[in-house]
Amino acid sequence: MTWFTLRQFRGQAITAATVLAAFAILLATTGPRLVNDFRSSGLSACHLNCGALVTRFTSDIQNGGSTIYVFLFYAGIVVLYLVPALIGAFWGAPLIARELETGTYRLGWNQSVTRTRWALAKLAIVGLASMAAAGLLSLMISWWASPVDTAINYGGPNAHSGLTRIDPLVFGARGIVPIGYAALAFALGVTAGLLLRRTLPAMALTLAVFVAIQILVPTVVRPHIIPPDHATTALDAANIASLTVRNGGQMTVTGPVSRPGAWVISNQTITRSGQLFTGPATSACIGPNARACTSWLASKHLRQSLTYQPATRFWPLQWIETGLYLVLAAALGWLCVWRVRRRQA
Amino acid sequence: MTAVIETRGLSKKYGGRRGKWALTDCTLSIPAGHVVGLVGPNGAGKTTLLNLATGMLAPTSGSIEVLGSRPAATAAQLARFGFVAQDTPVYTGLSVEDHLRFGAHLNPGWDAAVAHRRIDQLDLDPRQKAGQLSGGQRAQLALTLAIAKRPELLILDEPIASLDPLARREFLQVLMEATAEHEISVVMSSHLVADLERISDYLIVLVSSQVRLAGETDDLLAAHHLLTGARCTVGDLPSGLQVLSESHTERQSTFLVRSAGADASPAELGGDWSVAAIGLEDLVLAYMGRTATAGPGRIPLEVTR
Repeated sequence: MTWFTLRQFRGQAITAATVLAAFAILLATTGPRLVNDFRSSGLSACHLNCGALVTRFTSDIQNGGSTIYVFLFYAGIVVLYLVPALIGAFWGAPLIARELETGTYRLGWNQSVTRTRWALAKLAIVGLASMAAAGLLSLMISWWASPVDTAINYGGPNAHSGLTRIDPLVFGARGIVPIGYAALAFALGVTAGLLLRRTLPAMALTLAVFVAIQILVPTVVRPHIIPPDHATTALDAANIASLTVRNGGQMTVTGPVSRPGAWVISNQTITRSGQLFTGPATSACIGPNARACTSWLASKHLRQSLTYQPATRFWPLQWIETGLYLVLAAALGWLCVWRVRRRQA
Repeated sequence: MTAVIETRGLSKKYGGRRGKWALTDCTLSIPAGHVVGLVGPNGAGKTTLLNLATGMLAPTSGSIEVLGSRPAATAAQLARFGFVAQDTPVYTGLSVEDHLRFGAHLNPGWDAAVAHRRIDQLDLDPRQKAGQLSGGQRAQLALTLAIAKRPELLILDEPIASLDPLARREFLQVLMEATAEHEISVVMSSHLVADLERISDYLIVLVSSQVRLAGETDDLLAAHHLLTGARCTVGDLPSGLQVLSESHTERQSTFLVRSAGADASPAELGGDWSVAAIGLEDLVLAYMGRTATAGPGRIPLEVTR
């Protein structure tokens, strides 16, 4: 069954290898410059207040290579979110659906191989290939982007610059979680194909469900996998990050964040009694007299309430989430084998 | 001789509790060493019975044993029978050669010499994609896979229904050669009696999800006769005969009868009766024409004047 599964998978494997190789060449030719720029920026020796060095590094990148590095940085993220979805739709969904659709399962199930082995071989071989492809891609992109990721983790002039590698937008395109995504997307595809018995609807369902998971997990699940840290500190009225006053005097004040590399889940300004501070603003904060506004704010004894995942949780979160996806994928795989065994042809 | 297929009260219903019965209370024992023709109109349950025999389906009730054990229960059991499924599915994207490798990798008893000899005889290009083969060639490829597996029993589900007459003849020829060469028992379904008549020596007639007739073709033909005599009714016939159908004209009556045993053979009937043997096709058609309500020995349904 191994030989035959590989034979059936050959075309798809060649396509994947070609794409991976092209990507590897692109990253290998552009990556070393990032490493050099990072080294010459002096960031690796920096421990405190590295903002200026980060600025120098980022401007170095953009001067020499125009926007190609910025483009590649974002392209890498997009590709790593896209690849598991494509694996689910193009490797997972047709795996069994096409056999059911064309009737060839009736040929396969009458060779001297039990259905269990038939299903296990397909799931294991193509499933492992999916994980390997996503893992390789993530390894290449994580390596390429590591100077940028490190620089962002030091914190730029705006300490909370957003795209730290633990940030939801980047997290899924780094480290080992893409392996989990690929395994789950693949298992979803196979399951959808087995239940719907037709390739195209199964591909559509796989994409829809997987996109829903990609949106729900970072927003609903991930913040709570490890309970986030809280910090409540006095708000320095002279040093606030943003201040907006809406018509009607409603006011929002946001304090600065100095937690380099952290994923800030919420950053609220609360009153002494613990309520969310919403104003109303005094006339001082509407007019041009900034100092009057500052002293008025200082008199309110506001506090900053921060909910965040510190940068050090990147790897624990990666392992837990990957494990979660792998367990789900294995459960779906088991369901598929059970269904193939029970299926009435 | 042991049975290749043995069923007891085998029944299959599709689609849950309110589903449709595709096979009801089928009790059969097919002895080894025969080429069995399974015949019946479309939708009679032939495919259901064969899918139960190959383990593609699980019975709703009753039991089925193929070569002495539950079908498709183990890899070893799967190795003992070959199956050519309806519409002879093949992997359209793979070449003929790939199909042979597929057979070799998936069957421990694979006979590569037989497989390659058959592909040569069929004049198939091993590099050709199976999707480009004609219907007849595809059926031959599927048959080659099943034969080279070196099974004890070969099960074929309407393998030639969609083939042209020449391809049909060639397919049956290959099948007969293989059967003779490797001493395989064969069970083959068809809705055309003419196809089965040429090759089978055992017959099962399946109508409306029930087995109507089963037995060796020669015995069945010997037990059935057409009686023609002066116009009369069923009651005028000698006892010991089961009337399957009757037809009447102004002066004549014709009865298709089955004799219960050798001692009641209508051949010994004297008097006014003329006794004629019946062809296989007429025999099958007579059983197919009877509806489910007509039990054995009952008054036949259609009486034409």
